Amino acid sequence: MKKELITLNINGDDHEIAVYPWRTLNEVLRDQLHLTGTKLGCGTGDCGACTVLLDGQSVSSCLTLAVEAQGQKITTIEGLALEAAANKDLEKCELDPIQESFIAKGAIQCGFCTPGMIMSTKFLLDHTPKPTEAEIRAGLSGNLCRCTGYNKIVDAIADAAEKISPTK
Amino acid sequence: MSTDHNFSVVGKSLPRSDGRIKAVGAAQYADDIFLPGMLFGKLLRSPVAHARIKSIDTSAAEALPGVKCVITGQDIPKVKYGNWRLVPESQDEYALAIDKVRFIGDEVAAVAALDKDSAEEAIRLIKVEYEELPGAYSVEESLADNAPVIHDEYHQDIPNISLDRKIEYGDLDKAFAEADLVLDDVFTVHATSHAYMEPCSCVAEYDHDGRLTIWTSTQAPYFVQCLLASTLEMRENDIRVIKPFVGGGFGGKMEMRPWEFCAAFIARKLGRPVKFTLTREEELATGRRRHPMRIHSKVGFSKEGMLLAKEFNVHLDGGAYNSMGPTACFLCGNFGAMLYNYPNYRYYGAHVYTNKPPAGAMRGFGAPQALFVAETQMNVAAEKLGIDPVDIRLMNAMETGDEIPGVATISSCGFKESLIKVAEMTNWREKRKNLKPGQGLGLGCYSFISGGVFNWFNTRYNFTSAEVRAFDDGTVHLMTMASDIGQGCDTVLRQILAEELGLKVSDIRLTAADTAVTPQADLGTWGSRVTLMAGNAVRKAAQEIKEELFRMVSLKFDLNVIHDLRCGDGKIYPANRPDRAVPFGEAVRMAQRAKRGEPVIGYGSYTPRNKGLVTPAFSFGAQVAECEVDKETGAVEVKFMTTAHDCGTPINPMSVEGQLEGSVHMGLGYALSEQFIMKEGKTLTTTFLDYKIPCAEDMPPGISVHVDTYEPDGPFGAKEAGEGLVSPTAPAIADAVYAATGYRCMDLPLTPQKVLAGMNKI
Repeated sequence: MKKELITLNINGDDHEIAVYPWRTLNEVLRDQLHLTGTKLGCGTGDCGACTVLLDGQSVSSCLTLAVEAQGQKITTIEGLALEAAANKDLEKCELDPIQESFIAKGAIQCGFCTPGMIMSTKFLLDHTPKPTEAEIRAGLSGNLCRCTGYNKIVDAIADAAEKISPTK
Repeated sequence: MSTDHNFSVVGKSLPRSDGRIKAVGAAQYADDIFLPGMLFGKLLRSPVAHARIKSIDTSAAEALPGVKCVITGQDIPKVKYGNWRLVPESQDEYALAIDKVRFIGDEVAAVAALDKDSAEEAIRLIKVEYEELPGAYSVEESLADNAPVIHDEYHQDIPNISLDRKIEYGDLDKAFAEADLVLDDVFTVHATSHAYMEPCSCVAEYDHDGRLTIWTSTQAPYFVQCLLASTLEMRENDIRVIKPFVGGGFGGKMEMRPWEFCAAFIARKLGRPVKFTLTREEELATGRRRHPMRIHSKVGFSKEGMLLAKEFNVHLDGGAYNSMGPTACFLCGNFGAMLYNYPNYRYYGAHVYTNKPPAGAMRGFGAPQALFVAETQMNVAAEKLGIDPVDIRLMNAMETGDEIPGVATISSCGFKESLIKVAEMTNWREKRKNLKPGQGLGLGCYSFISGGVFNWFNTRYNFTSAEVRAFDDGTVHLMTMASDIGQGCDTVLRQILAEELGLKVSDIRLTAADTAVTPQADLGTWGSRVTLMAGNAVRKAAQEIKEELFRMVSLKFDLNVIHDLRCGDGKIYPANRPDRAVPFGEAVRMAQRAKRGEPVIGYGSYTPRNKGLVTPAFSFGAQVAECEVDKETGAVEVKFMTTAHDCGTPINPMSVEGQLEGSVHMGLGYALSEQFIMKEGKTLTTTFLDYKIPCAEDMPPGISVHVDTYEPDGPFGAKEAGEGLVSPTAPAIADAVYAATGYRCMDLPLTPQKVLAGMNKI
């Protein structure tokens, strides 16, 4: 079978690439484009470390074919921190409030689940700006973490929600 | 050492120094590294549990376009390896099987190709002819008459027992004869996976000048350096191991592994970089795991509840190789004697080979198993003797100065305070009397080590070391081989250094875990050793700097020798004349001038000496689980966890809390949901759908409090945090389930089926 020439819009940039039809979005992001912020933790859609947004919808990039992602706006962890990435001086630029809350609240330990956690949180807060704790936990149930016991991640998400949509 | 608790940086919940790089997706883990011309490696693993390799035909794989290298056990030096270098005979592994395969997943061959697809295809084209042998898949099968011998060439007194350990003190026979209550039980505990989120990965590169560099997901760069050197027949200094960001370890990444060897071997052979990354299926099907054990424990009490004697017989199901099993066998005997004063104690532990994936080190390292048994028996004894479980523990609890004869002396100890605290916080005595049907309350306790004093690796260096370079811009550079694998030691060591030198954490640059540049040596991240050991080394290095700068300040102000000098707020000043302050950077400049340009460098190391056979310091704690059991389904729901723990001074309380919450997660999985389903040596639970670690919705709410102690052997009073606490959760939950149902679990995990069977419902 031959490779197809496709264009993927990732974090606002168009990338023209040749891929086999069976290539996953995760493989393209990581192996071809070296956008390695998106992780691969299991390859079977169980752990959520590979979560990205397709037109704002969270998906497991390990279960999404690259060809399926054509014509959609792909956002990865690098895109969420786009200003940070564009600014050479990381210390001075602003991050997404979700990223800031994850840092401040101790929600990060080894950090391997973090990009996926943050992308799932982005999806959650875009659709449920004022989540209850149960809604946060349900929103994270597709993302596994082995370090934190999740509590500090839940705290961080509540903190971010408050920053994004302050209680009046 | 000062016990002054007016710290300025230590004891503060500072966000971790690597939080930002991880939050923006810029942290590079081993699989994120792409080097020019890099090849992709893949391992061929044995599909059979026990067999002789008759022949291997790699010709079809080699002929596949894109394949650059295929190696088997015939191509590599015949050098065995293992972490127990002190006992060379215990080193029982080849990177690729040479004679036999001993478990399903044993590495047989390796391929490197231009892309992953070609490497995978090539693996499928290798033809291996096996002569299958009978397998032994449990301790009982391995020790049966006529059991297959798994390592024929390894001398063993009893076939398949690779080594054993004994501890004995007191007069057991007499004590048991005098006991009013003797419990004599056999427990079984199961294997669990580390399930770190980052699958193992490494990239090796050869520099054409005789040096190999490997970036690898490891907890112990020095072990990898030494064992790569011996197995590749190179000099240690010709191997450079760099630890990139590591996505969790929990004990599972503290050995040299076959893919590290293969990446290095092929990189050297071809002169091209090679990457190996495991799949999750490989991790779960073939990876290291926590030791399953069969534990026969006999304990004697007086009718007043005093412990009189304990006989503790443990068979560790070690799988096909020793791995870290000898240490688990050693430690299990120590943990069996911990927490309480057992005046008479006898331990026999045996590490048994089976045809299963090897068990290795895993968070707790013998303690979760030993303490599940010990704590369950304490709860049984309390009930039989009509004593409250808290009281029977308080009666027997260790305290400062207590000894395990010939093994350990307890230094700081907040165990009794922890027990009293959890009882208060949960309203234990009242609540236990007023449980509703299906409700239960249970207690479990723990103690753990702050690093080991044993030297099974036979290192010729100090156990850890640190170098600090001070600059006249007021910054310092800390170099250490201590390995942050997610637990946060990069942040904690910076806090310790900042505290000692009176600087801010942001004044400290850190280079860690690169064997070519960070000072020799450090044994790695395991056994909760880093905060205490590396922390002490960092303090000593800082103290050398301080002494040098103090001389300069003393000279500048012509100070009387009786003046006490201090570091604080980025300045150095006499304690009683803070107006005579010299900025840190200026003091460095003065020192450099005085030395005619020589830099200001401090060096510190730490090796525990005269600290018994186990550890310089023990942590302690107690935990209460509140559970509800659905009597129709047998499902156990943990409603609340209450913990009181003693870790000495928490250097970073937020980080300690994170460790404790992570421990509850792992303890909960161990108790209820995680297990490998095996069939004749084959692991059937190879995805996270089948191997169930708790998710966010499974975690119970909880509260934990810190019991204030100060460990004299630890940096600023700190000791272990976050490893020991995996131990009490399973016995606490099991005790709560007993209170709710009358079913006493002596066979982990506590599945709904067992609960229903225990209630005679199925």
